[in-house]
Amino acid sequence: MKTALSDLDLRVASSVNEALTILRDEKRTPIAGATDVYVGLNFGTFKPRQYLDIWALDELRTISTHDDKLIIGALTSYTSLMQSHIVAERVPMLVEASGLVGGVQIQNRGTLGGNIANGSPAADGVPVLSAVDAVIVMRSVEGERRVPINSFYTGYRSTVMRPDELIVAIEIPRVEGKQWFRKVGTRAAQAISKIVMAAVRAPSPKIAFGSVAPTVVRAKMTEQALAQGATIDEAARILGEEITPIDDVRSTADYRRRVSMNLLKRFWADTA
Amino acid sequence: MQFKLNGADVEVGAHPMSRLLDVLREECNLTGTKEGCGEGECGACTVLIDGEPVCSCLVPVSQVEGAEVVSIEGLGGNHPLQKLFMNEVGAQCGICTPGMIMAALTLPDEPTLDDVKTALAGNLCRCKGYSAIYRAVLRWKNNEIQMADATQEIQR
Repeated sequence: MKTALSDLDLRVASSVNEALTILRDEKRTPIAGATDVYVGLNFGTFKPRQYLDIWALDELRTISTHDDKLIIGALTSYTSLMQSHIVAERVPMLVEASGLVGGVQIQNRGTLGGNIANGSPAADGVPVLSAVDAVIVMRSVEGERRVPINSFYTGYRSTVMRPDELIVAIEIPRVEGKQWFRKVGTRAAQAISKIVMAAVRAPSPKIAFGSVAPTVVRAKMTEQALAQGATIDEAARILGEEITPIDDVRSTADYRRRVSMNLLKRFWADTA
Repeated sequence: MQFKLNGADVEVGAHPMSRLLDVLREECNLTGTKEGCGEGECGACTVLIDGEPVCSCLVPVSQVEGAEVVSIEGLGGNHPLQKLFMNEVGAQCGICTPGMIMAALTLPDEPTLDDVKTALAGNLCRCKGYSAIYRAVLRWKNNEIQMADATQEIQR
């Protein structure tokens, strides 16, 4: 580990209320499954020195339904998502996406709340949440607030979250229409995505992409065109203009644009 | 900090943000667990926490308080899967081997070749190739038909 341990300070929370009190009084970065935080610490690229371990908060590991909403605790691991019958029934594409996050070791530790808070535009789970209009439930000592995932990110790795807030749950309304998910990486397993697409085929289609913009994005203009009866070729052309992919170590802007357009056509054909 | 390591209660004095990997290697003197990439890609540092394979390079030791940890040393040296990795020549340089074995331990009975590949998707081998590894695991699970498929793959 390239980060000096002597500089690091950890508090361990044993209840959500305790965690929230600590976050009110001290500026600390929460650690859940540590699969992102420790990569940063191992390579010495992570700046924070004060941390709060929330792994023990089992109260954030429940999956339930309420008023037709699916409510997933923020500390739910990808493995737990893959084992949940209710998630498989309501949001099968979330199960599919979970199986493509890293290897088994990462799926056992990585959490849905962590995937959201980390804010990577290449996150595998977040495009799914975007396409199903999930709502992020954040809590502080002052109370709870709910922010739609599609208003949660304000830019590259930045969010509307305050330092005293913790993501406690993700709410997913009932999804009407066929769900479709595809991750494109260098290899089938253990790859960071070049492009992720999650979509729902409905009279007003919902189409979300990862790795084509500074944040996970909904292709609003493309959705609108399809809802108004545009041909899929026309919609793909609009998509190509709408997204703003970049060249980076994993892929190029041209490749991402081309493949995104192809994925859109594939989605449309598969869900016809 | 206390946890159970390979069946025995241990108490360690490490910084709570120490990596489980470093505590095992440096404080518990169990050097069977290897460090590869340090970013959760290669699986060389795989150990079991409460029966689940995890990358010990990404686990702060604070998170194993009260948990049960099993490292490759916990298998003793005469575990059938260890023997099969030798007999099927499933190891060359050996760095990936402890992690491969720990990840394979949690496979259900009668896995298909595909199941084995999925279970080991988080473990990279950079010298031996995978077919002999898959063969060792399938033989351990007694799946001769799938084993023939793994052998064919190595011949292609």
